[in-house]
Amino acid sequence: MEGLKIENLSAGYGNREILKDVSLEAPEGELVFLLGPNGAGKSTLLKCAAGLLRPRSGRLLLRGRDIREASSRELSRLVGYVPQSMRPAFSTTVFEAILTSRLPYISWGPSKADLERTEEVIRELGLEELAFRYINELSGGEWQKVVLAMALVKEPILLLLDEPTSNLDLKHQVEAMRILRDLVKGKSLSAVITTHDINLASKYADIIVLMKNGRIHAIGEPHRLLDGETIREVYGVKVEVIRGASLFVSPA
Amino acid sequence: MILAFMASLCTGSAHVPPLKAIATLLGRESDFDTIIWEIRLPRALVAVFAGAGLALAGAVTQASVRNPMASPFTLGISSASGFGAALAIVLGAGRFIRTYLGGVTVSSYFLLIISSFLFSLLATFIIFFLARFKGATPETIVLTGIAISFLFSALTSFTQYFGTTEQVASIVFWLFGSLSKASWNAFWAIFSVSVVALAIFWRWSYKYNALLLDDEFARNLGVNPETLRLASMVLASLVTATIVSFLGIIAFVCLAAPHIARMIVGSEHRYLIPASALVGANILVLSDIASRMLLPPVIIPVGIITSFLGAPVLLYLILGKKRHWY
Repeated sequence: MEGLKIENLSAGYGNREILKDVSLEAPEGELVFLLGPNGAGKSTLLKCAAGLLRPRSGRLLLRGRDIREASSRELSRLVGYVPQSMRPAFSTTVFEAILTSRLPYISWGPSKADLERTEEVIRELGLEELAFRYINELSGGEWQKVVLAMALVKEPILLLLDEPTSNLDLKHQVEAMRILRDLVKGKSLSAVITTHDINLASKYADIIVLMKNGRIHAIGEPHRLLDGETIREVYGVKVEVIRGASLFVSPA
Repeated sequence: MILAFMASLCTGSAHVPPLKAIATLLGRESDFDTIIWEIRLPRALVAVFAGAGLALAGAVTQASVRNPMASPFTLGISSASGFGAALAIVLGAGRFIRTYLGGVTVSSYFLLIISSFLFSLLATFIIFFLARFKGATPETIVLTGIAISFLFSALTSFTQYFGTTEQVASIVFWLFGSLSKASWNAFWAIFSVSVVALAIFWRWSYKYNALLLDDEFARNLGVNPETLRLASMVLASLVTATIVSFLGIIAFVCLAAPHIARMIVGSEHRYLIPASALVGANILVLSDIASRMLLPPVIIPVGIITSFLGAPVLLYLILGKKRHWY
């Protein structure tokens, strides 16, 4: 079944058009990575898909349904979006932060289901020991997992993660990606993830989308898509692509 | 809380034994009927709800502008209502001035209250429209508030400069917030806005959590940060304006109460909002008792006491604990 389908999307801020006629699909159970230089429109694309930015033209279909037909509460339940850098201005416990993300289900106060779902997500991501720590006392890796839990607690069918691994060390990057992959496969979610780490993307992506200047340059499986020529076209840097058990891209 | 409330009923120039106070409340005793029902009870009730209301306004203002130093007073509400009162006094609403136990009271409060309330609203709407026009970011709200605050302070100084000595005295007296102005009318007004605000703010408590986590993230949770900010600011201003126009400026409760509450129950708004209201109510009731006990029979304006007692308490709590509160 189809997950997220984007058709001829154009969007921008003010007079500036950032995305130009973008079409792509993020099928259920697959990790789609968006790659491209800064300013290519990756984050803007995620914001459109999260319903935070109104497209100028084009359509976004989530499981065949135009997202404009969904109410904001409904959309917020279906889509788990994690912005590039969250700057919490207060401190609360991990448990409360995750519970807060159940907001689209909460009217006067959290129900039993909300509390149970929060506990479930904490178990799924192995956060039991962190549950009553304060969010400003967490390491980068721990916080990233909490953020992921905050997106997942809503039981979304689409995950949109903006540079989720940008400040993680190698071990935590791998751990976060494994958790993410298992979840996406296990629950048949759609996931669109932006990153600057070509090697990480090539290792975990099912589909890589290369973007440049607001347009899609190429779409494909990592091993077929990524070669020296394509990367030079997108990033303007000469690279050497080493193919072994996994793919390795290094500046030439 | 209940103890403080009872103590408040019993203290004052005429001492009322606690048991008699309870008996009077239950309608069993008549010796202290007038004192309890006409003076002490409205005063204590006003203290409870004004304290709670100010604290609530402070708590949501701090959340809305993401700044622990913000309070409705930072947004110019107090100076606007001060100007409203000063203008009313100079223009004649305070013509009937009589001296009274070391202070000055103004008899025709009604016009004064209306004027002060209207100017507080004016300040709120200036912020509202500027923020709408420029986008309601924390920065625009705070900066606009500071600008408005200075504008109305200047206007108040201006009216004082042209007022007579007596008028200036009553302006100054008004500016010291005091519960001596409490009445049943004040109680009903303050009670209703505070209770409504408590209900609304409590319902929005998870929205404030989301807002403090991140604007974009909150948006994905179905919260429009700008709408929430503006609605909260307007409501907080309304509460403050109502309280301030009846009682005068009572500083510090709205700033300190949320912080003290945060240190007790944490930053989670589900608990923080009711806790702030409770702490605020306690601060004001206790300060009011202190104001009557320190130099009897002179009643020191409670606005002075709240700052005087609140500042060391807050400092102690900040220095005594190491955790990051905000």
